[in-house]
Amino acid sequence: MIRNEDNPIVGLVSRIVSPFIMLFALYIIFHGHYSPGGGFQGGTMLAASLLLIRLAMGSEIAQLQFKRSWGTPLGSIGVLIYFATGFTAMLMGGTFLNYEFLSLSEIASHTRSIGVLLVEIGVGLAVMGILVAIYDDLLEGDPDV
Amino acid sequence: MTLSNTPALIPLIFLGTAALIPIIASRKNWIAFPFSLLASLISVFISIYNILLVLQKGSVRYFFGGWAPPIGIEYVLDPFSAFIVLVINSIAFLVLIHSKRVVENEHPDRRTPYYAVVMLMLCGFNGIVLTGDFFNLYVFLEISSLALYGMIAIGEKKSPIAAFRYLIMGTIGASFYLLGTGFLFMATGSLNMADIKMILPNIYQEHTVIVGLILMVIGMAIKMAMFPLHGWLPDSYTYAPSSTAALVAPTGTKIGAYVIIRILFFIFGVSFVSKMLPLTQVLGWLAAIGIIYGSIMAIAQKEMKRMLAYSSIAQVGYIGLGIGLANPLGLIGAVLHVMNHALMKACLFLVAGNFRTKLGHSNINRFTDSIRKQMPWTTAAFAVASLSMVGLPPTVGFFSKWYLALGTIKNSNWIFLAVILISSLLNAVYFFRILEKIYLRPPDAEKDRTEKIKKSEAYPSMLVPTIILAIAILVIGLLNAFIVKGIIQKIIPGGMG
Repeated sequence: MIRNEDNPIVGLVSRIVSPFIMLFALYIIFHGHYSPGGGFQGGTMLAASLLLIRLAMGSEIAQLQFKRSWGTPLGSIGVLIYFATGFTAMLMGGTFLNYEFLSLSEIASHTRSIGVLLVEIGVGLAVMGILVAIYDDLLEGDPDV
Repeated sequence: MTLSNTPALIPLIFLGTAALIPIIASRKNWIAFPFSLLASLISVFISIYNILLVLQKGSVRYFFGGWAPPIGIEYVLDPFSAFIVLVINSIAFLVLIHSKRVVENEHPDRRTPYYAVVMLMLCGFNGIVLTGDFFNLYVFLEISSLALYGMIAIGEKKSPIAAFRYLIMGTIGASFYLLGTGFLFMATGSLNMADIKMILPNIYQEHTVIVGLILMVIGMAIKMAMFPLHGWLPDSYTYAPSSTAALVAPTGTKIGAYVIIRILFFIFGVSFVSKMLPLTQVLGWLAAIGIIYGSIMAIAQKEMKRMLAYSSIAQVGYIGLGIGLANPLGLIGAVLHVMNHALMKACLFLVAGNFRTKLGHSNINRFTDSIRKQMPWTTAAFAVASLSMVGLPPTVGFFSKWYLALGTIKNSNWIFLAVILISSLLNAVYFFRILEKIYLRPPDAEKDRTEKIKKSEAYPSMLVPTIILAIAILVIGLLNAFIVKGIIQKIIPGGMG
């Protein structure tokens, strides 16, 4: 089988493109609450940039970038960020996910905006971690890797 | 934090624990169990608090994120949801205590993911019961179902196939439900249950509403394993790990029943679903066929877990029958049977788990009276639960059948009454078959007969929940009048009967 990681063009192009995908993914996450996009879409793109390197350079080299064992814990951490944001609002006297009570800023609408952003970051991390974990789990047991 | 958050707290605790377990227990497997047990214990306490709150002050509505419905998502804590949540969480707590040894025995290296997934499933179940929003219900349905597929597939060799089959059936069911929600949304422009209930009386005649309702009921009937849609259930329960079967059998199918009752009687109203549409009649007849079919298939089984699975189909039929009667007595019987069957089935599956751990099998043909000598308490619990399944007073099984029978008499539906009586006899056949073996049949081989059998009961962590459930079957049976008067009669929606 012809192995793609031996091909310098594929490797080079992927390495150039991957950071731009990440940058765009971050843009999508951070603008999610007032333009199309959000945590899920951004997280998927983040995962796509990591998976591109995994496909082009081979899973072994890609371990230097993102270890196989990080996927599931990152997914949990993402969920916990979401959960902690909502729960903090609850502890501050509101209902779950009522960002108004987070008291992050003087202006109420600003507080809400930051609250949504925190949740989107959590969702983005969770989606990225889980998608990479699914890819790695599917490859497990494949002798070619 | 104020106590006004308690309606939302139970699903949140399970969600938080599910996310925590993979991190803190990634190195040390054993931490997963105490954490999930703690979460379960806390949620039992909150459920008790919730039900006391509801009985004192009436229904509580909880708005997520401070957005009032119909825009926002709300949780509704009324006597019905509070009661079901209490049943689910108490049973889950007892089964979790029992699961420690079973999980260590059956799949010790997968404890961390297993308990994380169990927490997700319980989060989904509690969310389904508490939510007041049709789409939110779908989300929780998917959470619990996805977790459930994983919990089944973790079992023995054939379990991935059973899980895959359930995956296909369950996804079809969820899609039907989602489609129905879409139809309702199209007709009413709302997803909030209370809001839809207000809008519906003006548009009952529209085809969109009728089709939407039927799609939702079919979707939930798959989840509930109602008779012609039960295909996924026997294999899943048989090949799943014992702890999964014990967790899901008492609670999983009841969730579907709960949603059907909620949709039919609380949102659409009795007169629409029983007089304008013959929906409850269809459900009742299917349930009646399911009761007989499940009981006969249970008699034919050699493996105890499989027999219990078919018996579950029959028992879910009782709940369906209660729904089909569409009168207050039938509804009392159905709701009471949700609790009673949860108690009995949990007890029976725990007994099956004890047999599997101690004897290494649960094959009915190999049962002899040496089991009774070896495990006297487990077999005693089994006897109590079996008598309850047959429906002998003063066990819980008698009372739900009693209310169902009264409901059939009130509707003058003599065929359903006959079904209840015949199925009790059939239950007696398949449970007494086992009782006869474990109490009276001597071992086959001469050597085994003379050998003195040492008493070796199941571990205390397995035995205690089994005994508690057996005692609960008797005690709750005696106290059933208080439960019916105190809680279940408050559940009955207005306009019924």
